[in-house]
Order: sequence, then structure tokens, then C-alpha cells
Amino acid sequence: MQTKESFFKRPGVQTLLASVLCAVLGIIIGFIILWFMNAEHASEGMGAILTNFFKYRVASSKTLMKYMGSFLVNSVPVILCAEAILFAYKAGLFNIGAAGQYAVGIIASLYTSLALGWNWFFCLLAAIVAGGIWGLIAGIFKAYFNVNEVIAGIMLNWIGLYICNIILGGEACMNQSKSETYEISEVNPSGLLPGFMQDFFGGNQYMTIAIPLTIIVAIVILVVLNKTTFGYELKATGHNKEAAKYAGMNAKRNIMLTLLISGAIAGMAAGLFYLTGIEHYKIASSVPGMGFTGIAVAFLGGLNPIGTIFAGLFVEYITLGGQYLNTNYYNPQVADLMIAIIIYLCGFVLFFKTILNRPGKVKVNANAEPANTAKKEV
Amino acid sequence: MEDYVIEMLHITKEFPGIIANDDITLQLKRGEIHALLGENGAGKSTLMSVLFGLYTPEKGVIKKDGKEVKINNPNDATDLGIGMVHQHFMLVDIFSVLDNIILGSEPSKFGFLTKAEARKKVMDLSNKYNLKVDPDALIEDITVGMQQRVEILKMLYRDNDILIFDEPTAVLTPQEIDELMKIMKDLAAEGKSILFITHKLNEIMEVADRCSILRKGKYIGTVDVADTTKEELSSMMVGRNVKFAVDKEEAKPTNEVLKVENVCVKSKIHSNDSVHNVSFNVRAGEIVCIAGIDGNGQTEFVGALTGLDDISSGKITLCGEDITKKSIRYKNTHGMSHIPEDRHKHGLVLDYSLEENMILQRYFEPAFQKGGMIKKKEMRAYSDRLANAFDVRSGQGAITKVRSMSGGNQQKAIVAREMDREHELLIAVQPTRGLDVGAIEYIHKEIVKERDAGKAILLVSLELDEVMNLSDRILVMYEGEIVGEVDPKKTTLQELGLYMSGAKRDDRREAK
Repeated sequence: MQTKESFFKRPGVQTLLASVLCAVLGIIIGFIILWFMNAEHASEGMGAILTNFFKYRVASSKTLMKYMGSFLVNSVPVILCAEAILFAYKAGLFNIGAAGQYAVGIIASLYTSLALGWNWFFCLLAAIVAGGIWGLIAGIFKAYFNVNEVIAGIMLNWIGLYICNIILGGEACMNQSKSETYEISEVNPSGLLPGFMQDFFGGNQYMTIAIPLTIIVAIVILVVLNKTTFGYELKATGHNKEAAKYAGMNAKRNIMLTLLISGAIAGMAAGLFYLTGIEHYKIASSVPGMGFTGIAVAFLGGLNPIGTIFAGLFVEYITLGGQYLNTNYYNPQVADLMIAIIIYLCGFVLFFKTILNRPGKVKVNANAEPANTAKKEV
Repeated sequence: MEDYVIEMLHITKEFPGIIANDDITLQLKRGEIHALLGENGAGKSTLMSVLFGLYTPEKGVIKKDGKEVKINNPNDATDLGIGMVHQHFMLVDIFSVLDNIILGSEPSKFGFLTKAEARKKVMDLSNKYNLKVDPDALIEDITVGMQQRVEILKMLYRDNDILIFDEPTAVLTPQEIDELMKIMKDLAAEGKSILFITHKLNEIMEVADRCSILRKGKYIGTVDVADTTKEELSSMMVGRNVKFAVDKEEAKPTNEVLKVENVCVKSKIHSNDSVHNVSFNVRAGEIVCIAGIDGNGQTEFVGALTGLDDISSGKITLCGEDITKKSIRYKNTHGMSHIPEDRHKHGLVLDYSLEENMILQRYFEPAFQKGGMIKKKEMRAYSDRLANAFDVRSGQGAITKVRSMSGGNQQKAIVAREMDREHELLIAVQPTRGLDVGAIEYIHKEIVKERDAGKAILLVSLELDEVMNLSDRILVMYEGEIVGEVDPKKTTLQELGLYMSGAKRDDRREAK
């Protein structure tokens, strides 16, 4: 009994439990909503979402693997945006500007590949650099003018979006008749990312090195945060800015560097997604959702770079599942609503963690209590 | 049968993993001053929380006037006439004295305040107990001593007859302390019963009738103060004999290590300087202390000296080198060690482990990193060595999160880190703040050892005992200026108090 209790008290286990709790709760609430909309077909609808592309297992394993591949490719940007946000968060910065950094990443990758005809490597590099610069702008404002990175980030999101619309909406990139960007495979095949295990995934042409790169990025972040002096500084700053200053760490430089790297990861997310050719850019009137979904994913992943991979896969899985809902019974937007609820619940991971932690917490507060409470009654 | 006004009998209060109060009995007689003595973590706060109904004890009963009572929340306690003066005052700065006193039990008629009545009652009390206050002055304009009198009046206004003073002298000058002691005696003479929580033995000897001692959650005993000595009280509190005087030889200062010339720091709150024209020096092999009441510019001065805050003018020289405009990192690596005033704000990253905190200013040195990767093994070995040498105790050794360590061990960890770092000057700000007697004794010894090893030490302290015991020279800071320099062997607490309260200043020094 003793060992069991201490096992559940371990922070890692608690985070995992909280995350799983969120996910399960989200699915249950989603089911309730389905039930209210159409009770008769609720379990069928939920089943469709959860079975997802696995329903193709009856067709052939090749089809299944192909769908599996597309699922993985679609997960890449969500995971990387979450990694970007996580990285900044560890240093005490809330990079809500990931969406804008993602947007400029789209510009850079598609413009260089479609309009300039660059090789994929340089297109990807351009996306990383563009995202990094976008993050750095917020960083400079924060470091030198003490502008909150959230404010700067939100404004830069919209600036990024409109620049994206202007540049990619032009003749050079956009097929005006279809209102979406040209196929990279037709205009500039060298701009596509090299394939990766395409045969294994049923000949899925979108399976590229984006998948292993994403995993590598997550591992690199894990190592940087936990093993390097740079990570040591960043986390110290994130935990206690004053102590970091006392220790002689350069706060300004670290703020700028953190947002630069975070932005670069978000830009990379766009590059690794759009350079597969799976998606085209269409003129949009709202900021790309990836950057915001990424916030939820980072928390659902327990703010752990590896946990974030699984959280990203889960969120993408449910998102994809919405497409399998029978639209005769359900408004297609129900899927979006469900995803929104799950994402919303992700924000509560920390809250759940606190509840799980409660017995310990009370004791800590207890000693500080008397002074405060006695005040009211005097 | 004794006349006990409040009895707490066999109180036991447990928290997960710790028994905060283990069978504690406290009996307060009518009209007595009863001291409650104990180190940090001895269970004083928990016991008071039980009395105020914030905790329900597992065992034990509370009796008022011999009858058992149930105290479920602070309102019950107030109804029983229990009042408390907190260490940090609970006053609204921008309200007048009178408004603060009546706040929470405002007299009113048809929803309108009837202040005239209240004023009369307050002034009557003020005269009766000789608690001089100006009812119309704003709290922010009056002295700390007067603010405390306002707190006392608050209790009296509510007709409380059991008064609890929680470390009331921590913020007062010696003169104000004397005054408070007299007030407490007057109150007791009028039939009020006073519970006086403190760990200052001198005050207990002076004012208390009886004293109950707690140690590590256990009740050690209750003694008549008249029949006991300071030494006996302290050994009951700590569980062993403690030396009060710090053993040290005559200082043998050599060359000048730190030179401060005309340093000014702009205030963040008002337009005046918070530190004005401060000049002094510290030589190797001596302990120079900046004494003063809290909030007279010490924090700002240390901030400017260490680089945590901006300096507006003046010059700082360390080992012959002008470091006025150097970065914190530069100062850290060129001879300055700093035990910060606030260990949680500056000294430690609480969510880091002990070993990670031990290398807080050194992680970039070749000893601890290679190619940007932290050498975990070296870090662990270093942390273990320091923890061993300085007796830093933690639950899981080097990987313990510092947040879970006790305040004393946290402070020891900082002291260990700062003393082990290569340095010529040690700036120790309140190095024993909030520590118990045993830890204080230890840290004092270490500081003296440092001095004898030829380091220059700048001590900034609010504790007069520490100032008198430890330093070789005392500089008194008042309203941002050094108003006097005294020799601890030739001065008295009273003289120091006059300097600290601004009543005396050394004009020769000013002219210099």
C-alpha cells in the first residue's frame, strides 16, 4: 500500500493521470452532446469518431496504412507548434504568437518553393528563419520595452496573417481559378520534402522526413531543457526571474533567444507541413488555429516534449474523427465543437493535477494560514 | 483552583507526515503575561490557529473560564474576547487611525456611521492605557510604533480581554520596545490576559510572568520567569546549551577590499533618493555591519551594490577595481559573494533541486559544463560536498527540491554556496532571518571563520543582537543615509537606538 501511494504521488505519474482524465472527460462530454442532438445515433457517432480511419482495416491493410500516414502528417504541425509553446513556457514566456510565426512560416516555405523554385532544404530553412524572426520581434519588444509577449504576439499574429494573404494571394503562388496555392509537385518538385517510408505507409506520397524530424526536434528540446547550461538558464528564468538575475544570467538575451527559438520551431511546423504538398494555402480571414491548439496540446502533454507528441496525436485523432461522423444525423460542426471541448479541458490539466495533489497542498498552506484568516475577524 | 481564563488542554494536531502539536497544554491566568517560546516550526503558529478555530485538533479541549468551548472559526474566537496583534500589521494605509480602529465593527445608525461615539470610546481607551495616538492621522504617516498602538487599540475597542502579541518587537527600535513592554504591563495590571509569542529571551525575562516552551511540536514545560534564567529557557527551547555571545578574537583588518563613495539610489516610490550619499569602506578581516530599522534604504543600497538595482550616482570599488557599472555576472566572478535578504525571491530557484541551486552562479564554469552540457556527476559531487561541509539536511539529498526543505536548511544551502565560491567580499543581508537559535549560532560561527580567513564581510542586519555580537564596526543607516559609525564594544543598545530612530546623528561624519 505504501509503495502504491508514493507511486501515485510521483509528479510524472500525476501529470499523466491528469492528462488522461482530461481526454476521457472530453470524450464523455462529447458523447453527452451527441446524445442531446440525436440520442438514437449517439453511440454510433461516437464510435465513428473513435474508430476513425481504423474502419479501413476491413478494406485492406494498405489503405489503412495510407490513412495512418496522412494522420501522422497532419499531426506534425500541431505537435511542433505545441513544442514551440512548451519551450517558451519553460522559460516563463507565453508564446501565443506561435500562430503568427506559423503563418510567416507558410509564407516563407511556399513562396520560396513556388515563386522562387528553391530546393526543399532552403525552403524549410526559410520557414524556420521567418518564424524565428517573427518570434524575435516579440522578444525584442519584451526585452527592451517591457511589452508583454502576449500582446505583441497577438498583434503579430494578425500582421502575419495579412502579409500571408497578400504574398501568397499573388499570381506567383496562387492558382487564381482555384483560389488556392499551386501544387508544389507540379511547379517545383525539388521543393517537396524527401519521402520517408512511403511504401510502408501504403504508398502515401505525403509521408516525408517531416515525421522523423518532428521526433528529433522533440528529443532535442528535451535534451536542451534538461542537459544543457542554456536549458538550465531558461528554466531558472522561468521558475524565478529574480533569482536568475541574482545569479547573473542575462535576462534580455535569454528572452530574445527563447522567443527566437520558439518562433523558429513554429515556422518549422509550417514548413514541414506545407512542403509535403498535403495542404494548400487558401486566403484566410482568421489566424491559423495551430498556434492556439498547440497551447492546449502542450498542456495536455504535461509540458513534456515527449508527452506533447502523444497529446498532439490524440488531438489530431479526434479532429480527424469528426470527418467520419454521419452528416445525416449530425451537423458537421459538431466535431469541431467536441474538439473545442476537449481542447478546453486540456487547459484544466494543471487544475486536475492540483486536485490530485490536494492532500499535500493543504499542509503547506496550513502554516501560513492563521495570519491571513485572523485578519478578517479583527 | 487557579483562575485560568483560557486553557488549551492536551491539544494534538496532526498533518500528513507530521505532528504539529503533540499533547500541548497551555493555561493562561487572568491578568498575567504569558510568554510562548519556541523555535521556528515548534508549533506556535499551529497552536494559535487552533485557538482561533482555523484548525480542529484531533485531541484536546479548549476551556474559557473553566467551561469547555468549541471554537470552529475566527468569529467564535472574537466572541470569546480573543484578539491578536500580528507581526505584520493589518492596517489600511490610507485610512485614518480612527477609521482603522473601527473597521469591521463600525457603529452606525440607519446605515450611517456614527463616528463621534466611536471617537469618544477610542480616546477614552487611549487615555486609560496611555496609548498615545492621533485619531485623525493617516496610517502611512505615523511611525511603526504608533501603528502598533493602533493595533492594540483595535483589540481594546472590541472589548477583547485575551490579547495575543505575535512577535511584536521585531519591527521596533529599542526605545519603542521599552514603551511596548510598559504598555503590556499596564494592560495586564488592568486585568487583561496577554499571550506573548516571541523568541527573544530578554523580553521574556523583562515582562513575562510565566513562560511555556514548545519544541518540535512537543510541550516542554511551563516555568515561572522569576525562578529561571535565560540560559535555562534557551536550553529548554533548543534542547541543548546555546552560547549567546559569538566567540571571536579582535579583528585584524588589512587592506581595503570594498570602497563605496557617495552612492545614491533613486527611490522607486517617491522623488527623493532612497539611498543618499553613502560612503564607507570594508577591509579584509573585518565585519562591518549596516544596522537600521527595516525600510531605511538598506535593501536599495545592497541592490545597487550587487547590481540588482540601478545606481544613480557614486562609485563602488572592489579590490581596487571600479565595478560601479559592471554586470552582476562580472561582480559574481570577480570577488563578490552575496547572501541575499530574501532567500525565496533571489537566493534560490525553489523548483530546482538542491544540486541545481548549488551551482546557480557557477553552472557555466568549466568545472560544471563541457560544450554547453552540464556535468551532472560533478554537480552532484559538488553539492554533496557542500551539503556535507555545511550540514545542509534534505529529504532526498542532492535531488531534493529546495521548496520542500526547511527554511533553515535553505538558508544554510545559500550560505554554503556563497562561502564556497571564490570571493574577497561577502555581503550577508539578514543571514539569519527567520532561523532558529541553533542555526543562527552555526551561521554566525561560519561568518566569523570567514573573517578570520581574511575575507571582508559586509553584514546588513535588523537584529540588534546580531549587530552587536558579530560586527567589528557598525554603521547606522537612517532614511537612506549613514548617520553614525560606532564601535560595538563602546556603544549601548540605547545609543544605537537613538541613531536608528534618527534622534541622533554624527555630524562629524557628515562633514568628512
